[in-house]
Amino acid sequence: MIGPQELAFLGRGLMWTLALTAIGFTGGIVFGFLVALARVSPLKWLRWIAAGWIAVFQGTPLLMQLFVVYFGLPLLGFSPPAWGAVAVALTAHASAFLGEIWRGAIQAVPGGQTEAAHALGLGYRARMRDVILPQALRLSLPATIGFLVQLLKGTSLAAIVGFIELTRAGQIVSNQTFKPLLVFGLIGLIYFLLCWPLSRLGRRMELRLAAATAR
Amino acid sequence: MAVQLDFGVVLERWPELVRGTAATIGLALAGMALALVIGIAGVAVLRGKNRIGHAVVRAFVEVIRNTPFLVQIFFIFFALPLAGVRLNPTVTAIVALGLNGGAYAIEIIRGGVEAIPTGQTEAGLALGLRPSEVFRFIILKPALRSIYPSLVSQFIMLTLTTSIATSISAYELTSVAQRIDGDTFRTFEVYFTITVIYLLVSWGMMAMFAAVSRRAFAYPTR
Repeated sequence: MIGPQELAFLGRGLMWTLALTAIGFTGGIVFGFLVALARVSPLKWLRWIAAGWIAVFQGTPLLMQLFVVYFGLPLLGFSPPAWGAVAVALTAHASAFLGEIWRGAIQAVPGGQTEAAHALGLGYRARMRDVILPQALRLSLPATIGFLVQLLKGTSLAAIVGFIELTRAGQIVSNQTFKPLLVFGLIGLIYFLLCWPLSRLGRRMELRLAAATAR
Repeated sequence: MAVQLDFGVVLERWPELVRGTAATIGLALAGMALALVIGIAGVAVLRGKNRIGHAVVRAFVEVIRNTPFLVQIFFIFFALPLAGVRLNPTVTAIVALGLNGGAYAIEIIRGGVEAIPTGQTEAGLALGLRPSEVFRFIILKPALRSIYPSLVSQFIMLTLTTSIATSISAYELTSVAQRIDGDTFRTFEVYFTITVIYLLVSWGMMAMFAAVSRRAFAYPTR
């Protein structure tokens, strides 16, 4: 049966799942912001690099991204701990997806806003910081929360690289207790309890935004 | 530290890589077909009057969308034999991919069908079309056209998700890579190579879907 010892082990796995999600999402916000800015930059070569970055991460499995970073970093002379390599891969992955979401939001701000800012004599920084980005942020929130759910679920793939987060902890407990349905049912329930409130929040924001922009 | 990369020992296993790629594409296409069937069936239930059916479909969609695919595939892998169903890992993977993609397809297709104004249906009936013709030409085709881009990106996602099937030892590109890695110890080279292959597969899929769209939906919007 699943005793207190197994539950404590799953609990430690859960902590790692939450930590990986938090690191990946925070890193993704910082670098995704840069990717989004590069993607709408006036410089053509910068737009191209950002578009390529996004295309690669959206066109390959997250599992491969984890493998390539995990085994590639040591070749570049870095030897991070396992969680560090996973965190780097998740951050890069999140930067591409968030960058693309925010690119869409920035471009969804009506063009008249940019023209008005130009007419008022605002430079690039003021135009972005005071006019475009605040409006884009509001537009992008539902999709950003949707991606947070994707990322949280995505951390489970670290299990295949061998890192002990919630899913890998579940695999180990399942192998010890011979109760796969009970263990994976429990693991699934934990993920569901984490993701479902976020999904609902995202949907509520989407409905409110739709109502606000319909007028 | 000088790193010697050796792609030669990986690339000389090209027949296996080709077979693995074909298996991945097959897995993806089978998963898409099942997902589409589940998606259309789910929307049919949601548009029907059966309250229990509504609750079951809604719960299915929420559970699938809010849990990781890896946990789903493990659960199905262990649950099916207990239910007396013995499937090989590849078929199990197709079932898991279809169920997962189906939940997303239900949400996407429902949105498209709901966006068709009821006036269109009434106009079709008033013009003397049979209900089946109304459904086919006035509801389904425009709905599919409007949701096509979302459905395609979901299907590309599904294609990339097939790599997770390696966790239950289904035969596909990632499991082939793990075998080559085990023989050659050229871990980075193997995974880098198949990452490039996955990129080409997803680009190929996108091109295919674009070609389908040009043929199937080539009629004026207004």
